[in-house]
Amino acid sequence: MRGSSASGRYDGLLFAGFAIATLLAPLLLAPFGAGYPDLLQRFAIYGIFAIGFNILFGLTGYLSFGHAAFLGVGSYAAVWMFKLLSMNVIPAILLAVLAAGLFSLLVGFVSLRRSGIYFSILTLAFAQMSYNLAYSVLTPITNGETGLKVELSDPRIFGGPAGGGLPVPEIFGVDMHTTTDVALFGFNLQLNVGFYVCAAFLIAAFYLSMRIFRSPFGMTLKAIKSNQNRLNYTGINTRPYALTAFVISGMYAGLAGGLLACTDPLAGAERMQWTASGEVVLMTILGGAGTLFGPVLGAIVIKYAENIFSSFNKAEISSFYSFLPDGLRDAMTSMTAAFVGDGWQLTLGVLFMLAVIFLPGGLMEGLRRLAFWRRPGGEPEETAARRPAE
Amino acid sequence: MGIVVIKDLNKHFAGLHALRDVNLEVEQGTVHAIIGPNGAGKSTLLNCFVGRLVPETGSITFDGRSLIGLRPYQINQAGVSRVFQTPEIFGDLTLLENVLIPAFAHRDGTYRLNLWASLEGEGDVRDQALQALEDVGMAEFRSVTAETLSRGDKRRLELAMCLVQRPKLLLLDEPTAGMSRADTNATIDLLSEISETGITMVVIEHDMHVVFSLADRVTVMAQGTPIAEGSPGMIKGDPRVQEAYLGAAPA
Repeated sequence: MRGSSASGRYDGLLFAGFAIATLLAPLLLAPFGAGYPDLLQRFAIYGIFAIGFNILFGLTGYLSFGHAAFLGVGSYAAVWMFKLLSMNVIPAILLAVLAAGLFSLLVGFVSLRRSGIYFSILTLAFAQMSYNLAYSVLTPITNGETGLKVELSDPRIFGGPAGGGLPVPEIFGVDMHTTTDVALFGFNLQLNVGFYVCAAFLIAAFYLSMRIFRSPFGMTLKAIKSNQNRLNYTGINTRPYALTAFVISGMYAGLAGGLLACTDPLAGAERMQWTASGEVVLMTILGGAGTLFGPVLGAIVIKYAENIFSSFNKAEISSFYSFLPDGLRDAMTSMTAAFVGDGWQLTLGVLFMLAVIFLPGGLMEGLRRLAFWRRPGGEPEETAARRPAE
Repeated sequence: MGIVVIKDLNKHFAGLHALRDVNLEVEQGTVHAIIGPNGAGKSTLLNCFVGRLVPETGSITFDGRSLIGLRPYQINQAGVSRVFQTPEIFGDLTLLENVLIPAFAHRDGTYRLNLWASLEGEGDVRDQALQALEDVGMAEFRSVTAETLSRGDKRRLELAMCLVQRPKLLLLDEPTAGMSRADTNATIDLLSEISETGITMVVIEHDMHVVFSLADRVTVMAQGTPIAEGSPGMIKGDPRVQEAYLGAAPA
């Protein structure tokens, strides 16, 4: 089997490349001004969220608009573990994944009775319901508007109230906020424990997703997207397959939510809002739904754009346009200001529309086109190969 | 007793009596054609058989087992594979993947959480799938995306997808509909090769050329009920059939 070993080697290289790039992220992203722990953690966490979402949406084609609910459940579960058991992140993450998995089993069981837009609306309704419940009825669990956080009075079993300040999440005694500064190639690299915990989970999440993509199970999920009718007459019960994919992606979301709580031990209901659910859809589509690496790329681009565009303020824009006459300068400033600061989502919207119109396969398709454009051979012809008419 | 026994089957759609007391028996190892004018109930009968529609009364027995109330995927697992009027394939997947999916379904049943195995590692199923593609003469296109195939080749692929499951019964709903003459003849040749392996086939067909080239036995339906049954030769000469069906079409 010559072909099999070749594709196995390709996957091995892809995975090794991904793992190395993730571990070197503080160095690789430093030239972009994105090499600091807080942003790197967000890249890794939302990367996990998007990889999981892609297992559902990219493979089966079921578009969920409620995945933020599972992220929120994961966060709440993790914070409760901090409050009641210990500040170690491992049990918190385990409970986060488990709780999100159970909740997604419930939501998926009901929502997957319908497909297409009805499925999307059902998941959206569930997520908004969770959001509103977290705000009101479930206040004893979620602490309502204030959000759930670690407090001095928590009845923690292991490592009770620490003397002085609030305890911080740790992994086997090492504080998640520990950062070592290293000077390399003229950059001051901040190697942060919290980021490397997230990175380890990201690499594991990517590996699992790669295995699923290459497995008979993953192929069946692709067949659900391609032709569900044929699958029914091929002896396959599609619903448990779709439900499994839904639960797996829900657990990925729970993992992401748990990690969010591990880097900053608080959880609020706004994490479950529909905008958060929409964000992961944008990440996956922008990067390239159904591709292995696309969702991570989409997550990085969106979180980076958020970071850049939301940081500008009016004074900075005004000084940027300082070469213009006063009247024009004011007009340009107020027009541009709508797209930055609090209005950064407008920029995101424009970016997203451009991507969907010009690159329906997402950024991964853009990279692929670039690769073939640089090579004189041109477009790949394999899909165009046809049998001559007899 | 035939492999398929249908007794007193009835099905209504609103005011329309689509199937009226249908009785039909298909012998093991034969090619049984069902013909009749539009609206005769052929497709309704097929849909009742595969579990898409549920008849109001009557019984359907396949290989000694009642199929009433079973879901389409359960009926497939019982040994019935079907070919659609418009080929139903997995357009975004490669030819090999198209055949691997039914091959896995045949081995693993209706559901299996097989997410740690790799496709390359499943050598047996892979070999079966490649053999099935070979049998319909398409093995060299295994890496081509199925959507790009011509109508006739999609039909070949669909047949490979059915045959890889080693079904006891193959159902064909107008297998040559919309095909060129060349594709039609190639399909007829392929189907007669398949029937020589001893597999039972039920063919619903409009094209008399196809029916008389393939069928061992023919049932003629009109207005929801079988009106005649016999060998192709007998059916050709039956005046009732001439009246109900053949008379309307140029011979």
